[in-house]
Amino acid sequence: MRSPARTESANRFSREGALAAPSLFSIQYRTHNALKEVKVRLTRDRIIAFSVLLPSLILIAVFVYGFIGQTVYISLTDWGKGAALAVNPQMHLIGFDNYKELFTSFLHGRFRQDLINAFFYTVSLVLGSLALGLFLAILLDREPRGEGIFRTIFLYPMSLSFIVTGTIWRWLLAPEGGVNVLPSFIGLPAGQFRWISSREQILTFDWQSIPAITAIVVSLVLIFLAVRTWRKGTHKRALIVAFPALLLILWAVFGQRMVPQMLPIPERHGFNLATIGVSIAAIWQFSGYTMALYLAGLRGVPVGLHEAARLDGATEIQYYMRVAFPILKPITLSAVIILAHISLKMFALIFAMAGPDNAATDHPAVLMYLTTFRGNKFALGASIAVILFLLVALFIIPYLISSYREQRRRAS
Amino acid sequence: MRFTKLLTIVLVGVGLLGMFGTVLADDLSGQLEIFSWWAGDEGPALQALIDIYNAQHPGVNLINATVTGGSGVNAKAVLKTRMLGGNPPDSFQVHAGQELIGTWVKADRMEDLTSLFQQEGWTDVFPAGLIKLLSTDAGIWSVPVNIHRSNVMWYISANLVQWGVQAPNTWADFLAIAPQLQAQGIIPLALATNWTANHLWESVALGVLGPEKWQDLWDGTLSFTSPEAVAVWDMFGKILQYTNDDAASLSWQQATDMVVNGKAAFNVMGDWAAGYMSTTLGLTPGVDYAWSASAGTQGVFMMLSDSFGLPKGAPDRDNAIAWLEILGSKAGSDAFNPLKGSISARTDSDLSLYNAYSQSAAHDWQNDIVAGSLAHGVVANEGFMNDFATVMEMFLTSRDPQQAANACDAIARQNGIGE
Repeated sequence: MRSPARTESANRFSREGALAAPSLFSIQYRTHNALKEVKVRLTRDRIIAFSVLLPSLILIAVFVYGFIGQTVYISLTDWGKGAALAVNPQMHLIGFDNYKELFTSFLHGRFRQDLINAFFYTVSLVLGSLALGLFLAILLDREPRGEGIFRTIFLYPMSLSFIVTGTIWRWLLAPEGGVNVLPSFIGLPAGQFRWISSREQILTFDWQSIPAITAIVVSLVLIFLAVRTWRKGTHKRALIVAFPALLLILWAVFGQRMVPQMLPIPERHGFNLATIGVSIAAIWQFSGYTMALYLAGLRGVPVGLHEAARLDGATEIQYYMRVAFPILKPITLSAVIILAHISLKMFALIFAMAGPDNAATDHPAVLMYLTTFRGNKFALGASIAVILFLLVALFIIPYLISSYREQRRRAS
Repeated sequence: MRFTKLLTIVLVGVGLLGMFGTVLADDLSGQLEIFSWWAGDEGPALQALIDIYNAQHPGVNLINATVTGGSGVNAKAVLKTRMLGGNPPDSFQVHAGQELIGTWVKADRMEDLTSLFQQEGWTDVFPAGLIKLLSTDAGIWSVPVNIHRSNVMWYISANLVQWGVQAPNTWADFLAIAPQLQAQGIIPLALATNWTANHLWESVALGVLGPEKWQDLWDGTLSFTSPEAVAVWDMFGKILQYTNDDAASLSWQQATDMVVNGKAAFNVMGDWAAGYMSTTLGLTPGVDYAWSASAGTQGVFMMLSDSFGLPKGAPDRDNAIAWLEILGSKAGSDAFNPLKGSISARTDSDLSLYNAYSQSAAHDWQNDIVAGSLAHGVVANEGFMNDFATVMEMFLTSRDPQQAANACDAIARQNGIGE
């Protein structure tokens, strides 16, 4: 029996709360009776279903989760100091020392820059693919002649492996041959940008200022949400959201002395311009994918809406901005999740394009491969792998939770 | 009909028995799996060795397992996975020296080959300096198939005459003529991707330190933060100013091409560049291209060697030992090295089979002081080389000699150099 207080709060915070509260009682009563008969029938089916799934469950438990667990265990040892490849290697549990070393030892500055590179790779791949894919989808949605051919051409790069893409773009972006030569065909001086061999860095910051930067970014997001809530009319809620934003900004500006020193000496990191070449290759490969998603989404928008919008005097831009894009939001969300975790798997592309030792375009996955298989430092490589795993989990797990909740809500 | 069928079966059976009998008549049978990263340009040379083996031991099925790419990184990764998984190949290619000793010998995975060396008489035929680099107190660990030289400087004599310069004897001489070349729009020194920077660094270090202090670095006697070692980075930084700035996106062949095409004056590369220029580009050594010991290293032969070892638990041990015997034999090295572009480790090889460059290299091999290469695994173990690549990248961006020296010292201690 649901208490009245529960129903009250259910009202305030869920859209269906007003509708669901009176009928909750009746649904519960009906299913309770039905369950009694359904239980017996389901038991044998359930057993069969479970036993069909059992082999897959065992294999996944061993080969995915078992090995993830083993990697985590290895990262807590010191395997790699000494005879790493012996028949019975000497492994001692050292706790989180490997992680501490990765984040505080000056020898691992490359790892810290790799994390920054991974952040910029993710942002550029997601934004670039979404923008280009959406643009192409809108163009194709107008149904030009030869639309099928264009669709195939745009989608084709996705069928290539990263190695092929990497090799092609490595040749295209060679500083002395490749795209730099193009301007000379129309009489302009050849391009001077060094692409993947560039060592320039912009937007540099000190590693010590990362907490402050994070605080400012979070507070900007909170301010944006507060402004939106204010516009909707709920002023009190807007102030509740804006208050922590203000606190964070004050802390970021004045309170940095309270943060403990993360590194003994200042270390500058930033956006490596060499990653632009790799991002271009990745966007080229995946914009066809987002284009296909958006094209399907745009085709799914009811035709009546477009005509109604035109009748009401909306321009094409207004139609897309106000009608089509909001409908495409779920597609955008799933595309963001997929692209974000693909960007964390860009090992093959970077290895083929820039080789194993180009620190400017480096990525934690490449560093993990080299540390483990070239440097024989298995425990350190395992720690890098675990950190990568947590980064991917950061994206996937909230998505899984929200889509699971969505399914449960739909089912009930 | 039935009689014909019966007759066919009997005849085939007798035939098979006969073949079987012939196979059993040879001393070795089964299979031999050799693991290397030689394919592409080096494929024919390896095939020559395989042909000799097949001629001597027709009963053995030789499996040539190669993993290409990444200049051996991929092959080494596959090898480590196999060894850790308990599935060792019968013999595998490995750079002689600390790359083998620091990784596999230290892990007690290799068999001592001292008895094989004595049985074949190799202790007399290989130079003493080489055997010292191949062994530890506990024995000798691999059979060298070839010797490559690292400290060579390549140039086109006609071009140098045209530009009014001479091949430099020291790095100070190089720094003196480099601005002259730059003024004429020529890149003084061609450089390629990261590992070629390591390769250049070891030539500069050998030139600045000399062979005794070079070996002291790796014995732990000379510290990486000592003034001499910092001076190496300082000189290296000055030399880098005169290299091409698109180096990171070039392969080593493209850097050699820059010299051949007249865009660059010099290139410091190992003598596989001679193989590339002679075989692939079709140039004649001594006529179309010339060489000298890289600046400051005259009289020193900085060596690297591809070698094969015998892992413990090799499935076909006898076949593997037969393979090693061929590798170190005169017939084997005379078949392999002219095709590979390297020279034999044996001091009694038939020099008439080699081109002009290899003959000059073999002469130096017999007379010069032998030093070990860093970039190719002779003097430092894999952990150090992996970390050194990062230190090099750091230096290429920051150009700070003291910082690079400190980093080198830290990684040397962490990887147990000189212990």
